[in-house]
Amino acid sequence: MIFVTVGTQLPFERLVGAVDEWAARQSPRPDVLAQVGGGRVDYPHIRCVRTLDGRAYADAIAGARLLVAHAGTGSILTALDGGVPVILLPRDAVRGEHRDDHQMQTARQMERMGLVTVAWSEHDLASLIDREMATPPSARQPRVRNNELVEFVGDWVRGRLGR
Amino acid sequence: MRCDVLAISSPGGHWAELTRLFPAFAGLAVEYATTDPGRAVDVPGGRLHIFTDANKLTPRRLLVCAWQVLWLVLKFRPRVIVSTGAAPGLLAIIFGQLVGAQCVWLDIFGLVERMTLSGRMVKPFADLYLVQWPHLARPDGPHYRGTLL
Repeated sequence: MIFVTVGTQLPFERLVGAVDEWAARQSPRPDVLAQVGGGRVDYPHIRCVRTLDGRAYADAIAGARLLVAHAGTGSILTALDGGVPVILLPRDAVRGEHRDDHQMQTARQMERMGLVTVAWSEHDLASLIDREMATPPSARQPRVRNNELVEFVGDWVRGRLGR
Repeated sequence: MRCDVLAISSPGGHWAELTRLFPAFAGLAVEYATTDPGRAVDVPGGRLHIFTDANKLTPRRLLVCAWQVLWLVLKFRPRVIVSTGAAPGLLAIIFGQLVGAQCVWLDIFGLVERMTLSGRMVKPFADLYLVQWPHLARPDGPHYRGTLL
């Protein structure tokens, strides 16, 4: 299954539409589940839901072969921790897809760190999905997260509590 | 009853990042708070308190939110408050001064080129003031001690 999420609020038809077009050209038809928030739910070639609750959302990411998402941090963190590859299409403030360009910044930085693949245009999305689907899942390793920050905060809090 | 830690944030990315800090509070008495009851899945066995979502663009809701956050802080009198933002986290940390809480602010990594607005405003109230991008750190804070990425 390919899981698509654009968050639970603002629509992002540029992303969902591009994935639907990609799905339309595949044979057999791939299993794609999209969380579309306030966007359209009537795309013909993929399954759309407005929002998934916490458990269903976690299950969708854990069961995904690939995550295609806007550059929101929640889904990316969950996917990376589970070793699920991520393709991002950042929201563009110029097109009115978000208030500002923080998604562009996040995507650029994560791409630089080698954590994700970024589609800088919706026209690149299809070829990036094709490339990712051609990569055998066994070639991927779940990421080992650096715990330095969590340990630092834990030590600091315990220090203040006198534990 | 005083709790050890109040972990509080807005939903979405703020909460997603806050949940990554929960292992730091293992064994402590923690109260959790956000706006979405569905996030109870993130605190198995813990108590999740719900407040009204609000931001600077929704001033009336922000008043309701402020009242609810104040009530949480006064009820649990946390020794430590930890937040990843946004406005409700800032409010919790300001109210935390009333009960002598030690306050931790971790600015989200979802903003790369500058700190969040609430992150910039929280500086005088935060005892531990952290960012997740080295280039945003300053000698007198915020500091960089690693990232959740």
